[in-house]
Amino acid sequence: MTLLKTAWQHIRRSPYQTLTAIMIMLLTMFAASVFLVAAYGSSVILNYFESKPQITVFFKDEVKREEINSLEDKLKGTEKVSSLKYISKEEALAIYKEQNKDDPLLLELVTANILPASLEVSAKDVKHLGELNNIIKNEKIGIDEVVYQKDIIDSLISWTNAIRTIGVVLVGFLTATSLLIILMVVGLKIGQKKEEIEILRLVGASNWYIRKPFIFEGAFYGFIGSSLAWLISYGLIIYATPYLSSFLSGIPLLPLAPILMIKFLGIEILTGMSVGITGSLLAVWRYLR
Amino acid sequence: MIQFKNIIKKFGNGLLALSDINLVVENQEFVFITGKSGAGKTTLLRLIIRDVLPTSGVISVDGDDLIKLSGKKTLELRRKVGMVFQDFKLLTDRTVFENVALALEVVGRKPKEIKPEVEKVLTQIGLLNQKDLFPIQLSGGEAQRTVIARALITKPKILLADEPTGNLDHVTSWDILKLLEEINQNGTTVIMATHNVDIVNKLKKRVVVLEKGKIKRDEKEGKY
Repeated sequence: MTLLKTAWQHIRRSPYQTLTAIMIMLLTMFAASVFLVAAYGSSVILNYFESKPQITVFFKDEVKREEINSLEDKLKGTEKVSSLKYISKEEALAIYKEQNKDDPLLLELVTANILPASLEVSAKDVKHLGELNNIIKNEKIGIDEVVYQKDIIDSLISWTNAIRTIGVVLVGFLTATSLLIILMVVGLKIGQKKEEIEILRLVGASNWYIRKPFIFEGAFYGFIGSSLAWLISYGLIIYATPYLSSFLSGIPLLPLAPILMIKFLGIEILTGMSVGITGSLLAVWRYLR
Repeated sequence: MIQFKNIIKKFGNGLLALSDINLVVENQEFVFITGKSGAGKTTLLRLIIRDVLPTSGVISVDGDDLIKLSGKKTLELRRKVGMVFQDFKLLTDRTVFENVALALEVVGRKPKEIKPEVEKVLTQIGLLNQKDLFPIQLSGGEAQRTVIARALITKPKILLADEPTGNLDHVTSWDILKLLEEINQNGTTVIMATHNVDIVNKLKKRVVVLEKGKIKRDEKEGKY
C-alpha cells in the first residue's frame, strides 16, 4: 500500500475528526482571506487618494472667474503646487453624467446649476497641504466648502492600520487554534493506531515511514480547508462587486483581477498546508517518539 | 550468534524482570525458552530486537553491541530478526497478502518486486489460496502462518517466536512447530518461548528454563 493510500485511509475512516480539522482550517483561512483582501483593498484606496488632488475647493455660485484666477495665481506663487485644475459647472455636469450614465433617474434630476464649480489643487508634497489650505481659507471670496484630502487620508491610514491589526490578531489566534486542533486530531489518530504502529516498528519500519502518512494528513486538511476558504471568499467578492463598485466609484479596485486572486490562492494554500504540516509534526513529535 | 553477558533488566516500576543472564545462542540453533508466566521469557526476546534495553550487562547479535546501536542499525537489526507472536499482531484492515508484503514495503521495495516474493513465501507456507482474506476470516493456525510468512519474507537470520502455539489447538500447534523446524533446517536460528510441555518434551531440542528472571537450567536435549 502506498503512502498516499494509507493517509487517505486515515482520513476516510474517521470522518468527524476529518470534518473538524477541515472546518477549523476553513474558518481560519476564510478570515485570512477576508483580511488579505481588505488589507489589499485599503492600500489601493489609500494610494488612490494619495495620488489625487489633495485639496478640492468648491465655490459658491456668485464667485467670478477672475476671483478664482487670482486665487490660482496666489497658490502658484507658493511654488508648492504641482497642478491646478479648474472645473466649471458644465464640466462638473459632464463628469457627473459620465459617472451615472447607467442611471437615467439620477441624470434627469441634475442640471449644471446645482453643481458647484471647483478647483482641484495638488500639492508637490503632502506636508505643504496645511499651508495651501491656510491660503485658501484666508481668501475673502465665496468659498462653499474645502475638502481637505489629508483628513480623508489620515482617517484612511488609521482605518487601514486598524484593519491590519485586527486581521493579524484574529488570524493569528485562529491559526494557533487550528494548529492545536490538528495536533489533537492527528494525536488521536496516532492513539487509535498504537497497535498498528507497534507492528510497523517490529517489522523494521523507519520512524519516517510511520510518520509520513500523518504528516500528509495534516497537509491535506490545510489544502482542502484553504482551497474551500478561497472559493467561498472569491464567490462572495464576485457577488458583492456590483454593490461595492458603485460605492467605490473611480477607485481602480474592483473587479479584482483573477491573477491577483490566484496569487491569494497560492498564499492561502501555502499557509494552510504549513499550518497543517506543523500541527502534524507537533503531534508526531509529541506522541510518536 | 546471540550473546547475553550478565544481563539485568529492571523495569521502571521496580520489577526485576531478568537478572544474571548469561547465554549464548549459536547460528542455526533451535532453542526453547520455557518458564512460568512472568519468568522473563518475553523480555528476553524483546531484548534481542532492541525493543527494550537492559539495565546493565552486554548483549550482542552477530558481534554488534545492541546497547550502542544507532537508530539506523536498529532498523537493520529488526529486518534481520523475524518475530512471531501469540496474539499474531496482524493488521486487521489488510489482507494476508498485504500483511506479508508489509515487511518488504517498509524497507522501500517496489510493488513489482514484492508480489512474486510474497506469493513464493505464501506458497511455501501453504496460504496462497487465502491471500485475499482478512485476518478475521482466518483460523488461528492460518493467522499464525501468516505471521510466520511475514517474518520469513525478509529472509531473517534469526526467528523469535513468542508462544506461537499459545492460542492454537494441539494439531495446529504441531503444524506450526513442523514449519518452524523446517525454517530452522533451512539455516535460520529459531528461539521459541513456550508453555507447551508436550512439544518441548517431544522435540528434544536445547531448552533454557527461566525462573523468576534467572536461568534455572540450560540443557542441550532438554525437557520442560
